[in-house]
Amino acid sequence: MKWFRKTAPTLRPLPAGSFTVDPEGHLLASTLPSDYPVSLLRELGLQVLATFREAHATGLNLTDLVVRYDGLKIAARELRGGAIIFVFPQTPFGSVP
Amino acid sequence: MQARPKILLVDDDPDLLELYRELLGRLPSQPEIRLANSGSKALALLEAEPFHLLICDLKMPRLDGLQVLAVVRRKYPQLRTVVLTALTDEQLRSRVYALGVDLYWQKPGNEQEVQLFLDCLESLLSREAAGGFRGVQSKSLVDIIQLECLSQNSTVLRITHGPLTGRIWIQGGELIDAETAGLEGEEAFARILSWKSGTFEQLPAEPGRPRRIFKSYNALLLEAAQAMDESDAAAAPMVEPETIKPPPPIEQITAMEGVGSALHFGPDETAPVESRGVETPQARLRWARQTLARFQRLGERLAVGPLKQIEASSWQQHVGLAPVGGGGLLIEWLGRQPPGRVEQQLKTAAALLQP
Repeated sequence: MKWFRKTAPTLRPLPAGSFTVDPEGHLLASTLPSDYPVSLLRELGLQVLATFREAHATGLNLTDLVVRYDGLKIAARELRGGAIIFVFPQTPFGSVP
Repeated sequence: MQARPKILLVDDDPDLLELYRELLGRLPSQPEIRLANSGSKALALLEAEPFHLLICDLKMPRLDGLQVLAVVRRKYPQLRTVVLTALTDEQLRSRVYALGVDLYWQKPGNEQEVQLFLDCLESLLSREAAGGFRGVQSKSLVDIIQLECLSQNSTVLRITHGPLTGRIWIQGGELIDAETAGLEGEEAFARILSWKSGTFEQLPAEPGRPRRIFKSYNALLLEAAQAMDESDAAAAPMVEPETIKPPPPIEQITAMEGVGSALHFGPDETAPVESRGVETPQARLRWARQTLARFQRLGERLAVGPLKQIEASSWQQHVGLAPVGGGGLLIEWLGRQPPGRVEQQLKTAAALLQP
């Protein structure tokens, strides 16, 4: 029953590192592995920027953001309209550097 | 007669789906088996009908198994989940368990492994009706703690009850500390013990953990049992004794140190909203809803488990946002807060509002 197992397992790992985006969400610099999909980083960046922007429109002048999931922590700081974003995978035993 | 359990099997390989359908047909409980060849079809089926067990592959195109499980964990917390995969990565295994999956199983390679897998599935299905804590069959949390203490073990029990998580530290057979949703020590222990069901896992012992519980485990278990009896009795209709009611949760939240305002909202526009001290509730509500929805969607896309909380700040203010029972809670603090306070108070506040 060899055919039970598939070959070439390539599941995407969690991102770990930091990156910066400009006010339009374009990626400027990143310390994440180069094979990590840029589209996902861009999406993350856009969500962070939209959160800051909408907060300002609501009268909340926020510059720092920390989003906690069971498996990931995202920390972001507004940077001249863009943002620097840090991502830290979390495990039941703590944060992965 | 008991209804047949229903299993949903998800794999992008149609041959494997058929093969597993045959294998699952061997289970003594004679389950009804439904197949889905993609994550999105699986989610559509789950939306349409209830299932007892989901068996999911990890590596699938478009919506991968982790993403499916992240959605399932949030939308169907009671559904038993099994990951069946060819991947043997330990970090991945830990990540899958962090998502709250019941079983991570490598795809069987021989007849013996198939039989073992089927035995595990049957055991999971038979536990379905019994309730209790996942992790140890048909044992209550009290049983688990007694076992650990009697065996003089050192361990940390991590208990999950819906969106709540608690930890109990046992050192050399003695209960030394507990923690959940802003509570510590005996208070946290009593709260955790009041949970009737959930999942638990054992983490490595933490010998350096400072002691905050000094009573014997027997005394604490007895107190907890009495408290539970009293709360059960209180649930029965009877003549109400004169009691002092605690203030509503929203009042308790705004009374917390440093908190300036709070806004609690339900899952949709029609649900009631309660707020205290919010200057522009409608604008804040819109931002809170959009932000929670945005990061919940992102969490599902990245397959990183449920969203726990969001903190935002500037040099002059601090804001916290947490999902609560399908809706959410927004708290604003007066001025910048010391490290850790926002996270802790937000956790406590969300726990106060849990249904």
